[in-house]
Amino acid sequence: MSNGLALLSIFVLSIFIGFEVVSKVSTTLHTPLMSGANAIHGIILIGAITVADRASNNLQLTLAIVAVVLATINMVGGFVVTDRMLEMFKAKPKKAVGAGSESATANGGNK
Amino acid sequence: MNRNLYDFLGLCVAVAFILALKGLSSPKSARRGNLIGAFGATVATILVFFAPQEIAQSGTQSTGHHHTLLILIAIAFGVIVGVPAARKIQMTQMPQLVALFNGVGGGAAALVSITEYLKLGATASTADVVATVFTVIVGCVSFAGSVITFLKLQEIMTTRPVVFPGGRFVIAATLAGVLVSAGWVIHSMGNTPLLVMGLLSLLFGVLFVLPVGGADVPIVISLLNAFTGLTVAASGYVLQATLLIVAGTLVGASGTILTRLMATAMGRSLFGTLFGAFTAKPQAVAAAGEVRPVKSGSPEDVAILLNYAQRVVIVPGFGLAVAQAQHTVREMADLLTAKGIDVAYGIHPVAGRMPGHMNVLLAEANVPYEQLVEMDEINPTFPQTDVVLVVGANDVVNPAARTTPGCPIFGMPILDVAQAGNVIFMKRSMRPGFAGIENELLYDPKTTLLFGDAKDSLTKVVSALKNL
Repeated sequence: MSNGLALLSIFVLSIFIGFEVVSKVSTTLHTPLMSGANAIHGIILIGAITVADRASNNLQLTLAIVAVVLATINMVGGFVVTDRMLEMFKAKPKKAVGAGSESATANGGNK
Repeated sequence: MNRNLYDFLGLCVAVAFILALKGLSSPKSARRGNLIGAFGATVATILVFFAPQEIAQSGTQSTGHHHTLLILIAIAFGVIVGVPAARKIQMTQMPQLVALFNGVGGGAAALVSITEYLKLGATASTADVVATVFTVIVGCVSFAGSVITFLKLQEIMTTRPVVFPGGRFVIAATLAGVLVSAGWVIHSMGNTPLLVMGLLSLLFGVLFVLPVGGADVPIVISLLNAFTGLTVAASGYVLQATLLIVAGTLVGASGTILTRLMATAMGRSLFGTLFGAFTAKPQAVAAAGEVRPVKSGSPEDVAILLNYAQRVVIVPGFGLAVAQAQHTVREMADLLTAKGIDVAYGIHPVAGRMPGHMNVLLAEANVPYEQLVEMDEINPTFPQTDVVLVVGANDVVNPAARTTPGCPIFGMPILDVAQAGNVIFMKRSMRPGFAGIENELLYDPKTTLLFGDAKDSLTKVVSALKNL
């Protein structure tokens, strides 16, 4: 299998995984899920680092370094803000309330 | 580092991302899922500094890693900007921050591809150039579009659809320009064509989002998020980086599904939202200056209404969040509950600015989760409800969504508060809501209006309740 075809296979299979993984989500989690997915595409950071690493002139280096900064903001900021959102959903200290909220959300969110 | 080990660790990171998305789709595991994703991303970032020579140096004669210090400084700078922004942002402004993060991600992906394209020069294969073209177009659209959504949500610019005469022809022409310049890039592979294409794509991104009305903005953010994912995947193809392809595609695919789910939750057709740009016509704005009688009341009147009710439903909206009145509203609800009144919160799926946004805000104020009732469950209970208290919400209770075909929110499911015995609106003014449409319910005889800042009004109602 040629390299290009191998990459294409990975692409196609990833599409199906992506569809499958989030097929049913309660509306409550739409925002955190979007934000989490947003953080994951911050992984472009490793692409930015790779091109910065092998830049052969100043223009390339400048563009790549800007990309590193932007990608870092996307990734780090994305995970932090998602965590802050989800912090709000943790079970309350009061046990009765906590148990109630857990089951209530689970009913809403499970397939 | 050994190539096989490097690729194997890359696979582990890809699995971490899949588990992260899986975890985020269920409330119990959401937080863990996010942490797994963050862990995977950290591992991947450290790993890339130890990339095998053949990856790090493809196309260069020299050996060893270059610019490592500069890269580390850039990362540190990104962290210094990103983390405080994410930590300090008010929960009410979260949607625009997500939009902004998404935009910079798209911009980064476009820059990565441009850099690689400049480097490859004449040695680029046609497949590389096609992937680059895709990345630059979609990355630029995502970047420009996200900036516009940010401006709209931050209310720096108008939240209404921006439509100008002949707008759809301008948009169509820009799109055609993007495609033609894409062909030009693929054909002649120069730097000028790429620059032209990039600029036209930015313009298209702006034009694409301008006609989107306030209520549809979250859907567009989600869509641009999916776009950025695909951009990352395409740049992964250019760089031959499997992990970028997997992660980008996962986000692209799950983002598309999520966009559709959101659109369904809001009762919007995805197609209508997206191509609203091509079909939107300038709408007649509600006649300004027209004065119609409304019934406004004092905090004491409201307190009396609430005090003698059997069942009260609170409908919180973005106005509540802006006034930071979550805690006061909970105090009032606790008072009413103590008096034996049945209190519930009716949560519209898009209350706030995004699906689930209001749940986050109320959870922050320690409102018991079981009092938060979703729209489908609360709607049948309105006829048995004595008083509905609408705090800083407007569009989500606007009957125009049912009765006025052609208005921007037509078809959106609403909370059926008109069925209740009394409706109290807490509003700052008669100004229409985010979608910019008049609400007939305000003129209904059973509606009482309490003007003022939501927190102020609620505080007064609370003290009036205590005195009763």
